Amino acid sequence: MNTAVNILSLGIPFSVALLIASLGEMFNQRSGVFNLGCEGIMAMGAFLGMLVPYSVGHGGPTAEIYNVLGLLLAMGVGALFGTLFGLVVVTFRAPEGIAGIGLQMFGVGVAGTLFRHFIGGTQSVIGIDRTPIPLLSAIPIIGPIFFSHNVVVYLAFLFVPLSWYILFKTPWGLRVRAVGTNPRAADSIGINVNRVRYQALAVGGALAGLAGAYLSLCQAKMFSDGIIAGRGFIAVALVYFGHWHPVKIMGGALLFSLAQSLQLAIQGQGIAFPYEFAVMLPYVLVIVVLAFSRESQLLGPSALGKPFNREKRI
Amino acid sequence: MHKITSLRMEHITKRFPGTLACDDITLSVGEGEILALVGENGAGKTTLMNILMGLYQSDEGRILINGEEVRFKSPNDAFSAGLGMVHQQYMLVSNMTVTENIALGYKAAWSALKLDLAKVRARIVEISDKYGLAVDPDAYIWQLSVGEQQRVELVKTLCLGARFLILDEPTSALTPQETDELIVLLKRMKRELSIIFISHKLQEVKNLCDNLLILRHGAVVYEGKTADHSMADIAALMTGHEVELPVNEEEACSGAVVLDIRDLDVKSDRGFLALDGFNLAVRCGEIVGLAGVSGNGQRELAEAINGLRRVERGQILFYGEDLANKSPHHIIDSGMGYIPEERNTEGIVPSFSLKENLILKDTEREEFSNHHFLKNKAIEENATELRVKFDIRSPNTSVAAGSLSGGNIQKVILAREISRKPKFLLAVYPIRGLDLGAAEFIHKQLLEKRREGVGILLISEELDEILDLSDRVAVIFKGKIQQILDRKDANRRKLGILMAGVGDDQAL
Ligand SMILES: Nc1ncnc2c1ncn2[C@@H]1O[C@H](COP(=O)(O)OP(=O)(O)OP(=O)(O)O)[C@@H](O)[C@H]1O
Ligand SMILES: [Mg+2]
Repeated sequence: MNTAVNILSLGIPFSVALLIASLGEMFNQRSGVFNLGCEGIMAMGAFLGMLVPYSVGHGGPTAEIYNVLGLLLAMGVGALFGTLFGLVVVTFRAPEGIAGIGLQMFGVGVAGTLFRHFIGGTQSVIGIDRTPIPLLSAIPIIGPIFFSHNVVVYLAFLFVPLSWYILFKTPWGLRVRAVGTNPRAADSIGINVNRVRYQALAVGGALAGLAGAYLSLCQAKMFSDGIIAGRGFIAVALVYFGHWHPVKIMGGALLFSLAQSLQLAIQGQGIAFPYEFAVMLPYVLVIVVLAFSRESQLLGPSALGKPFNREKRI
Repeated sequence: MHKITSLRMEHITKRFPGTLACDDITLSVGEGEILALVGENGAGKTTLMNILMGLYQSDEGRILINGEEVRFKSPNDAFSAGLGMVHQQYMLVSNMTVTENIALGYKAAWSALKLDLAKVRARIVEISDKYGLAVDPDAYIWQLSVGEQQRVELVKTLCLGARFLILDEPTSALTPQETDELIVLLKRMKRELSIIFISHKLQEVKNLCDNLLILRHGAVVYEGKTADHSMADIAALMTGHEVELPVNEEEACSGAVVLDIRDLDVKSDRGFLALDGFNLAVRCGEIVGLAGVSGNGQRELAEAINGLRRVERGQILFYGEDLANKSPHHIIDSGMGYIPEERNTEGIVPSFSLKENLILKDTEREEFSNHHFLKNKAIEENATELRVKFDIRSPNTSVAAGSLSGGNIQKVILAREISRKPKFLLAVYPIRGLDLGAAEFIHKQLLEKRREGVGILLISEELDEILDLSDRVAVIFKGKIQQILDRKDANRRKLGILMAGVGDDQAL
């Protein structure tokens, strides 16, 4: 019983970086652009997020402000790189896969280099601590699982209905979906296809940056070179898995991270289960689930990965 | 917002790589006027209108509205000037509902935090009531037949409040009755706005339009009053020769049944039975016309026959073999020829070249490949020959098929399907969007195939086409055969009544 609660209450914060990043990637893809550079933006976000509180020093009453500044900086730079990615793939129509891999390598490299230059070695920060919600967190079982996390966790799960609302209930969301499915139709009705794609990429980048900063500020409370550990790519996969829908994407993120915390529990219990298999478990799960989930052509952004050129008929 | 009392395009020239699409075209439309823009496939009509809407930039020339020069950098500029266009290739987002599609352009329903879909819906209901254009605001576009989509396009343009309408072949997918209604509607609207009307159906042009502008190879070849000319004159001006649509006058055939459809049940995308105990037999050397208002199961029938849709129950016997739920590959190999309704998504691969599209179904045949290597020379020769024979207008055989004009894409499909020597042809709206000259040619080809003993199932809404070509006419209604008539017993009135779902005994 206790173990189960532990697995669940660990799994939820584990899912947050994935959840935020894949919601961002969902906006990218809904607009018709996939950004494989997510991982790179997350790495930069992770570094920048902890840079601010680290350089200002530890503790003190103002610590919270610097944490928030760190998160905002990570988001800002993420948005900037999302936009730059737009310049490459939307304006110059470079192949998105290649450009994304470039951005990934760039981001991971830059974050690592700057880290060695400004911080070096393993240095931890206090980071953002848990804020159990009064009363609710005292409920047995449910309390520790759902209501004893840090602010960003709560925020991330608020993003789910929020991004659903934005995508399906606002004019901007409507435009994003239109340019991702039939840019020609959107163009013919007066929507600036490229502008909407830039906007979606900026949003996606900001969320990827935030996801990275979450890892360094809330989860690991430090930065290290492999801190993102492929989560950016998993996030991209989760968007397909979740059929570009926020709720299903959340399901995917939870599934993956629960598998991960299950793996930790297995190891922690000292159960005789091959360690390598346990580590593989979450990844195998993603592959299996992706293989068996039927990608719905009807719902997805059918212009995904195709640059728009008004005067070209095809 | 003031009225558009005059619109002029002067000396418009537009070049695409290898094509001079518009060649020094000048046109003008006055207040409350309807101008017909006609011309063969690929004459440049759509291109010209795209320039007017700000979708394309012309290389030369200018546009004047109410005497003042305007520059449209994007469709938004054209909308603000009061222009609206129904595009030939529908501009609808398939995974959105009708309401959402219209909301995309209906800025009155936008606020930063909320999209007021109720407002859009109210507007749709208002417009569709006012003009008698029935649409289901909550249907997804992918669920709609081509005819229904065309109605949505019209409603969309009207909802957005255009004061100058451009209609690029708006009737190509409407039923005869809907077309008549649209013509009446447009005549009424003429009091409030001016219209440019593009169509290959000269009857409509004669009925509706005041003035006429004929394009050929991108240039104006005639300009004048519609009333001054007969349809035959216009057709001759358009194509450069006399046009006469052929008629099937031969003896009905008594050959063996080659396609025998028995008790077929097929579901539509929306999950209900689109075909419900459907029965039909076609003999070799016979053309059976399947008349019906689109959306009564025609699309599902065509897809089921070609292995593109699951058959729930029943048989499709083709030369004795049951094709139900067989793979498309198998069905193609057994000799089925198919001219699909959705020419862009099903008929061609738009990004492939013209010549590649022409051998799409024969990549494994020895004629075009050799130990899994393509024989480029044979492919090129095949394309060169078919391009001439079918009069496909394109700069060469290597251009992407998707860059051709709508009618020419249709000719590519026809050329491929007919030249592969099929044992049977399923033709779905084969002349939709074709100019008269091309329609004449296609009809001759179909009759020729019939004479060679090929069985043909012709699905169409064009009663003239059905009556001209068919040996027998079957009427489909709500997924069932309403009745089958011999050619001599069929006429427009009878078919019209049957298509509306009224039984024989009730009406006659
Ligand atoms: N975006 C484009 N790129 C290249 N060529 C084009 C493009 N648009 C049109 N063309 C070419 O310009 C010519 C005119 O095409 P257009 O679509 O205007 O013809 P149309 O008169 O509308 O014909 P249809 O009756 O078949 O619709 C054609 O030869 C076509 O191949
Ligand atoms: Mg056209």
